[in-house]
Amino acid sequence: MYGKKVKLRFLFLFLILTVLILTVFLILKSLEENVVYFISPSEIKELGEIDYNNKYRIGGMVKEGSVFMNSDEINFVITDFKNEINVKFSGVIPNLFSEEKGVVAEGFLKDRDFLEASKILAKHDENYMPPEVKEALKEK
Amino acid sequence: MLNLIGNYSLIFALFISLLLLFFCFKNYKINNNLYFNIFALSSLQFFLICISFLALVFAFIVSDFSNLAVYYNSHTSKPLFYKISGSWGNHEGSLLLWLLVLSLFSLIFFIKSEKLLNSFRYLTVFFQQIIIIGFIVFIIFTSNPFQLILPIPNEGLGLNPILQDPALAIHPPILYLGYVGSSIIFSSSLAALVCKYVNKEWAKDIKKWTLISWIFLTIGIMLGSIWAYYELGWGGFWFWDPVENVSLMPWFCLTALLHCTSVLEKRENLKSWTIILALCTFTLSMSGTFLVRSGILNSIHTFANDPERGIYILIFLTILILISLIIFFRYNDFDSPTKSFLISKETAIVVNNWFMMYFLAVVLIGTVYPIFLEVITNEKISVGPPYFNQLMIPFLIPFLFIMALGPKLEWIKNKKIGLKLKKLFLLFIALIISFLIAKHLNTKVLYLTVLISAALYLLFISIIDLNNNKLKYSQKISHLAFSILIISIIINSLFSDEVSVNLKNGHEKQVSNYLIKFENISKMEINNYTSLKAEIQITENNNMLTFYPELRLYKVPEIITSEADIKTKLFNDNLVVVNNLKDSDYLNIRYQKKPFMILIWTSSIMLAIGGIFALRERI
Repeated sequence: MYGKKVKLRFLFLFLILTVLILTVFLILKSLEENVVYFISPSEIKELGEIDYNNKYRIGGMVKEGSVFMNSDEINFVITDFKNEINVKFSGVIPNLFSEEKGVVAEGFLKDRDFLEASKILAKHDENYMPPEVKEALKEK
Repeated sequence: MLNLIGNYSLIFALFISLLLLFFCFKNYKINNNLYFNIFALSSLQFFLICISFLALVFAFIVSDFSNLAVYYNSHTSKPLFYKISGSWGNHEGSLLLWLLVLSLFSLIFFIKSEKLLNSFRYLTVFFQQIIIIGFIVFIIFTSNPFQLILPIPNEGLGLNPILQDPALAIHPPILYLGYVGSSIIFSSSLAALVCKYVNKEWAKDIKKWTLISWIFLTIGIMLGSIWAYYELGWGGFWFWDPVENVSLMPWFCLTALLHCTSVLEKRENLKSWTIILALCTFTLSMSGTFLVRSGILNSIHTFANDPERGIYILIFLTILILISLIIFFRYNDFDSPTKSFLISKETAIVVNNWFMMYFLAVVLIGTVYPIFLEVITNEKISVGPPYFNQLMIPFLIPFLFIMALGPKLEWIKNKKIGLKLKKLFLLFIALIISFLIAKHLNTKVLYLTVLISAALYLLFISIIDLNNNKLKYSQKISHLAFSILIISIIINSLFSDEVSVNLKNGHEKQVSNYLIKFENISKMEINNYTSLKAEIQITENNNMLTFYPELRLYKVPEIITSEADIKTKLFNDNLVVVNNLKDSDYLNIRYQKKPFMILIWTSSIMLAIGGIFALRERI
C-alpha cells in the first residue's frame, strides 16, 4: 500500500482540485447572473425574448429635440438612426450628455420601446462615440 | 527645435540601450568587472530620456503648437500647472513618462545593488534594457510625442477639462511609479533564476522594490479614486470599472508578493511561488497599460484610441511573457523546501496569498470575460458591481479573521494555540456591535453581522497589537489601516443615501426626508472658464445646509464640468452635484450622504505609511 506521506499528498492534491473547481464554478455562476448586455435599439427589436429581470445597456445617440425634463425625471430617445427607444431616467445626468451626442443608458426594459434607466454613463472624451453608433452612422 | 532635441535624444537613448545590452551580456559571460561602463551608460541613458521628457514639458509650457501633442492637448489660456501636467495627461507624453521612470529605476537599481552578486546585476540590467528598448521603439514608431504639424496652428485644442484637476495631475505619474517599479521585480527575478540567486539576499533586495511599487500603487489608486469621487460627481469612490480593475490587479499581486518575500527572506521557502508572483505583477501592469490604451475595454473612462498601439503592446507583452516562461521552466530547479508545520506563520502567509490570488482571479475574469465574449460571440456585455460584491465579500470574512490571528503565529511551528479569554471577549463584543448595526438595517441580518464582526474583530485585535513589541511597526500600521478601510467601506455602502430632483430657479420640493430648495444662481468669469454657482438649500429634520455646487463652462474645448460641493465631516460627507441641460430652465440636482469617506482616504494613506515604515526598516 501507499505510505502515509503519499496518501497525505494525494489528499492535499484532491483538496486543492476540489477548491479550484468550486471556485471556478462559483465565479462562472455569479458571472452568468450579473452580466449586463450591451445592445443597440435595433437589436432590441430583433431580440427573441426580453429578460425583464435583467439589466441592459443601450447605446446610441440622443435624438435631436427628444429631451424633456420635469421635476422628477428626464425623458429622451436613444436612436441608432434605424430604430429608437424611449428612456426615462431620474438622477443626475453626466456633463457630456446632450442632444445628438453618444450616450449609454443602463436599466430595466419595460417593453421593446421603453427603458427605465438607473444609470446614464458618460465618457470622458467629447469625441468619443459608442462603436455601434459609429458603424450605424457610417452605414447611413 | 524642441521637437528635434526631444526626438534625437530618444533615438540616441535607443542606441545606448543596444550598447548596454551588449556590455551587460559580455560582462555576465566573462564575469568581468566593467562596472564603470554600465554605470556611465545607464546614467547617460537616463540623462537623454530626461532631456527628451523636459523638451516635451517645455514645449507644453511655451505652447509650441508645431508639436502635434501640444496642439491636441494644450491651449495658451490654460494655467501653468495644467500645461505641465498636460504633458503627461495624454497618451504620448504618458508613455514618455513611463520610459523616464523605467530608466531612472534601472539606474537606481544598479547603484543600490552594489553588494549583490555581479553577474546577477548585469543580467537584471540586461532584462531591464529589453523592456526599455520595447518602450522606446513603441514611442518612436506608434506614439511619438514629437510629431510636427504644418502649417503651425495659432492655438491649441485645449486639455479635456475634467483632467484639469490637481489629484488627476499627479495621479498618472504616481501610478506609473508603481507599475514601473514592478519592472525591476520582473527583471531581477529573471536574472536571479538564471544566476541561481533566489535566496535570502535576493529576497531582501526584491522586497525593497516590492515595497516601493506597492506604496506608489496604493497612493496612485487612491488618488484616482479621490478624483472620481469629487470630479466626476458619481458620488462613489469605486465602480468596478475595467480601468479601475486593471490598476487593482497588480496591487493584489504585489500585496501577495510583499508577504511571501518575508517567507523567502526568513525561511528560504516558496521560491518558485515568489518568482511566479514577481513575473505576474509586471505582466499585469503591462497588460493594464495595454488594455487601457488599446480601447478594447468597454469602460466609462474610455478615451478615443488607436487600435494599432494596442497590437504593438500585445506583441511586446507576448514576447516578454514567452521569454519569462522559457527562462522559468529552463532554470526552475530549486531544492525541496524546508519543513514547516501546519500552524505556523508560513501557513498564514500562504493562506493570505491564496486569498489574494482568488481576489485577483475574480477581478481578472470579471474584467477580461467581456472581451473574450465579444471576440467569440460578438455579444457585447459588461460585468456589473454585483458580480464583484457577490464573489469578494463572503471571502473577505475568513480573510479578515486570518489577518487578525496570523501575524502573531511563530515561524516553523507555533507552540501554544491557547485561546485567550481576552480574544474571545473581543469577538463577543464585535458580534454584539455588528448585530446591533445589522438589526438597524433589517436586511440580511445574519450575513451582515458576521461580515461586520469580522472587520471589527480585526480592528480590535490590531488596536491591541499596537502594544505588542514582537511585531513590526509597518505591519501593525498597515493591518490597522486595512481594518479601518474595510469597516469604512462597509459602513459607507450600507448607510449611503441619495436623492435627485430637477428644479427651476426659486422652486423647492420635498423628496423623501429632504426638502430641497434651489435658491439662486450666480455667474463669474474665471481664467479659462465661466463659473455658474448655484445656491441649494437642503433641509432635513429642521437642519438646514446650504451648498454651492458649481458648473464650469470651458471655452476650449467647449465642455461643461460639474464641481460638487462637498461638506466633509469626520463621520459623514454631504455633497450636492448639479448639472444643466442646454435650453432647459431646470437644474438637475443630486444630494448625497456618504458616511466615513474621510476615513476611507485616511486609512488608505495610513496603509501606504505602513509601507513606508517597512521600507525605512530596510534602507
